[in-house]
Amino acid sequence: MNLSIYARRKRVNQIGLTLSMLAMALGLFVLLWILFVLFKNGISAINWAMFTESTPAPGSEGGGLANAIVGSVMMVLVTALVSTPIGIFAGVYLAEYGDESKTAELTRFVTDIMLSAPSIVLGLFVYAILVAQVKHFSGWAGSLALALIAIPVVVRTTENMLRLVPGSLREAAFALGAPRWKVATFVTLRAAKSGVMTGLLLAISGETAPLLFTALNNQFFSWDMNSPMANLPVVIFQFAMSPYDNWVRLAWGGALLITLTVLVLNILARVFFREKVKA
Amino acid sequence: MPNTSSLPLKNAIEIRDLSFYYGTFKGLKNVNLNIAEHKVTAFIGPSGCGKSTLLRTLNRMYSLYPGQRAEGQINFYGQNILDAKQDLNLLRAQVGMVFQKPTPFPMSIYDNIAFGIRLYENLSRADMDERVEWALSKAAIWNEVKDKLGQSGLSLSGGQQQRLCIARTVAVKPKVILLDEPTSALDPISTAKVEELVSELKKDYTVAIVTHNMQQAARVSDFTAYMYLGELVEFGQTEQIFMKPARQETEDYITGRFG
Repeated sequence: MNLSIYARRKRVNQIGLTLSMLAMALGLFVLLWILFVLFKNGISAINWAMFTESTPAPGSEGGGLANAIVGSVMMVLVTALVSTPIGIFAGVYLAEYGDESKTAELTRFVTDIMLSAPSIVLGLFVYAILVAQVKHFSGWAGSLALALIAIPVVVRTTENMLRLVPGSLREAAFALGAPRWKVATFVTLRAAKSGVMTGLLLAISGETAPLLFTALNNQFFSWDMNSPMANLPVVIFQFAMSPYDNWVRLAWGGALLITLTVLVLNILARVFFREKVKA
Repeated sequence: MPNTSSLPLKNAIEIRDLSFYYGTFKGLKNVNLNIAEHKVTAFIGPSGCGKSTLLRTLNRMYSLYPGQRAEGQINFYGQNILDAKQDLNLLRAQVGMVFQKPTPFPMSIYDNIAFGIRLYENLSRADMDERVEWALSKAAIWNEVKDKLGQSGLSLSGGQQQRLCIARTVAVKPKVILLDEPTSALDPISTAKVEELVSELKKDYTVAIVTHNMQQAARVSDFTAYMYLGELVEFGQTEQIFMKPARQETEDYITGRFG
């Protein structure tokens, strides 16, 4: 037995461990810093009026974000309703049906390009094919742009999560005489559920750039997806750069609200979809 | 090539000139073998000898993977299942399989059993309850799980999970049950339970078992096939194979001088 080799290995292990702890600390530090700044500047804007009043006109006092919150929620809901089925179906196709086929390879290639396309490009695309054609901005256009961004994310996370499901589980289901679609829906997709849900959440949370060209903004409260629609990201963007104190404060409040919502959704997803192994 | 045709037994499966290819690699070479009804047939041999491959041809599991193909004939009650027209789902409902590692589905214990049944039968709630209890009792696990049927199948211990998988296979009432090293991931007590179960199962089913454990083959099987490098070296009644094997290679393997 050569103890010097062992001692060296222990040292390398120590160094590796220290480096990864540092990396984790750095990530955590940045996250906490962001949260701290958001809380410091945004907490004063979070009050009842923020949820009940719409965005204030230039120069007027007070106001809230009700129109932007409702607009964001509606657009995100539509986005989720559109991108969830398309993304999951495509992901299941890639992992369970297509595998190495030409169609699957092409789908994967296109999806990867969509994934890395800057979101502002997708916004401009929707502007060109929808907004410029009907000649006005709208909530629908915003949802469409968001869906175009979300779908490739959902496709690839669904595929990757399904690939993590052990082949033996798939074989066991086939061994009972189950047709492929039942194996996919009742066994593998179920086994990959928590990962797929996390992917969905990541896919639909807060994008700004594409909404500038599609949903734009609306100073007034509106349920109408056919007209320009207020939404949190664009309001934050415009208000943060404005000269009015109450606007800037609302921008901070909105930023804090979005961040907390994303945080809470992620935590909820983890709690709800955690594998219930320990009974 | 010795086989069981001289014995007055009905064959569930008759394998004729079976060769198997992984791409260009020949994994099985001209195997001829009969699997007798209501008997346990064991396949032994060193790793890579083709025993699992052979088992996986019997329910066409290999068909999931492009590049794997079989030649020859496998007659399952007179019907050649290698025929391109063979419906694989129907075949697998009649030729069940239990794997090396327990593979409970991510659902409740009850649904683990009901999943397979629902594929081919439309039972009332009461009939389904009865069938689930029957299957779990068959696999000698009913007493351990009867109070927690709603819990996830993943919450069970490894040995219980494997018996759950056997119950799941039994539940669809197949004619043949294939066991691919069913105890290699289990502790000795669980192994003993599964072995007991195998002897019990042959009353109603035909069983084919692949095992690395020769004592296990000797304990549970009626017939034993010794395979090496994709070939069937010797096949006969278990007693004869273990007590006075006809071939020197078989004896070397069984006595541990090789493999």
